[in-house]
Amino acid sequence: MSSPHIVEIEEVVKEGEGLTTLRFSYGKDVSPGQFMMVWIPGIDEIPMSVCYIYGKKGITVKGVGEATRYLSSLRVGDKIGVRGPYGNGYKVPHGKVLIVGGGTGMASLMPIADLIGDPGKVDILIGARTASELLFVERARKVSQEVHLSTDDGTLGMKGTVVDMARKHLALKSYEGVLGCGPEKMLVALLRTCEEYKVKCQLSLERYMKCGSGLCGSCAIDGFRVCADGPVFDGETLKRLPEFGAYKRDECGLRVKL
Amino acid sequence: MSSLRTKVASIEIENPTILASGIMGETGASLLRMAKAGAGALVTKSIGLEPRKGYDNPTLVDCDWGYINAMGLPNPGINAFSEEMRIALEGGKPIIGSIFAASPSEFSELAVRMEEYGAAAVELNLSCPHASGYGMEVGIDPVAVRRILESVKGEVKIPVFAKLTPNTHYLVEVGKAVQEGGGDAVVAINTIKAMQICVETRKPVLSHRSGGLSGPALRAVGVRCVYELYSELEIPVIGVGGIEDWRSAVEYIMAGASAVQIGSAIGRVGLDVFKEITDGISSFMSREGFNNVIEMVGIAHE
Repeated sequence: MSSPHIVEIEEVVKEGEGLTTLRFSYGKDVSPGQFMMVWIPGIDEIPMSVCYIYGKKGITVKGVGEATRYLSSLRVGDKIGVRGPYGNGYKVPHGKVLIVGGGTGMASLMPIADLIGDPGKVDILIGARTASELLFVERARKVSQEVHLSTDDGTLGMKGTVVDMARKHLALKSYEGVLGCGPEKMLVALLRTCEEYKVKCQLSLERYMKCGSGLCGSCAIDGFRVCADGPVFDGETLKRLPEFGAYKRDECGLRVKL
Repeated sequence: MSSLRTKVASIEIENPTILASGIMGETGASLLRMAKAGAGALVTKSIGLEPRKGYDNPTLVDCDWGYINAMGLPNPGINAFSEEMRIALEGGKPIIGSIFAASPSEFSELAVRMEEYGAAAVELNLSCPHASGYGMEVGIDPVAVRRILESVKGEVKIPVFAKLTPNTHYLVEVGKAVQEGGGDAVVAINTIKAMQICVETRKPVLSHRSGGLSGPALRAVGVRCVYELYSELEIPVIGVGGIEDWRSAVEYIMAGASAVQIGSAIGRVGLDVFKEITDGISSFMSREGFNNVIEMVGIAHE
């Protein structure tokens, strides 16, 4: 078996403003929270969270750079290369779970909600800058009785950040664990909030990646490889990492403030 | 109790496994983590004078039998690397500074900086198979190699190692040039120049098209190179190429390696690979009646 594996796009779903889900058949088992390296021949190869792990696999793309804009323009029948899955995903907490997704972070989180499969056991908070960027709202409602929305501009749901909303839930209800994915500033605030309410959390990080398979160290955060030790880390680990929320590395390995 | 201690040039190493260059060696914290994982010494990512982004992705092909990579020597540059070295040295293990350059004077400049930063040795990258003007483009010419070694040796007191490419039929001549230039050890081998083509897209997968093959697929080539170099050179040989268990490490040691470097196995096996290999070598030595790793070095030649 050699990589990458070429797959044909079987379904394209426009999820919202600039958000596109691509579905394809890929025979390998994927755990919730894992990612794949996605090859766009002639352009780039980038890490993408797997947003559907059962049946046809899926990734959700936000068109921000050359590679993601190209992926967003793909149609049924077009081909991309994939390798993986890579990394460690979310572990299912025993009791009630609070899922907190910011922006495209919901792509990483939806499979764990699917896996839990008990609408009474998981509450889902979805946040975005604006209503049109809220991802997987209907899909979340199928697997959870409690889905709440927030937008920075107040166009839908609570006005404010998804962490503000998480704080309200943590104050009112008791959860066994919080699972979160989104921009790092959001994750830093979420970790702090979870510590305040003494709830364990697992958060999924993002870093610039080259090899994707635990070798090169370009995605290292304080010596941990986001691609192989992560992308999901528990809060206990993250709170000991000085680089978390402070800075990342560029393609040269130079420190860049977050 | 058998001893895993070994010595390369003047560097004492608590066990014969060394982290190879290019793997988890770009940040101080990464090197610290590999030190904690059990490496006896650690080689940094190859560092140049200026920050360098390397090639666009894909930079890696991941196969059952190994990897093909063309990273393109990404690195933060020697100035920024000062801070990473400071952190890496907190681990208390020898740090070997890998450097790449296009000329003898640049190699010397980088070596001096690595010495200032506290490196136990420098490893000259004379063997990267995929960077224009660097690596094996200079490392296949014995005359050029000797000049580089003489220049660097004139500037630093720490031992100077040279990492060799197998992509030449002048391997032994290049090794001799390192020795004649005053080099303290050779490191063999870097990756073999390789390519993978995706038949569906009809294109090479790597953005740079060709890259370097590593992992078990090149182990037998590496063992042969180490065997030949050990036969012909007086200076020590460090073996590298596809080592991922105690048996392959001992194979290299018996071929003539005073120590071995571990690279691709970090991805293929995991971080426990250092401990697995050192434990395995210990058990083997007990079974076979060796008291010291050094007794096994080059034993296949007897």
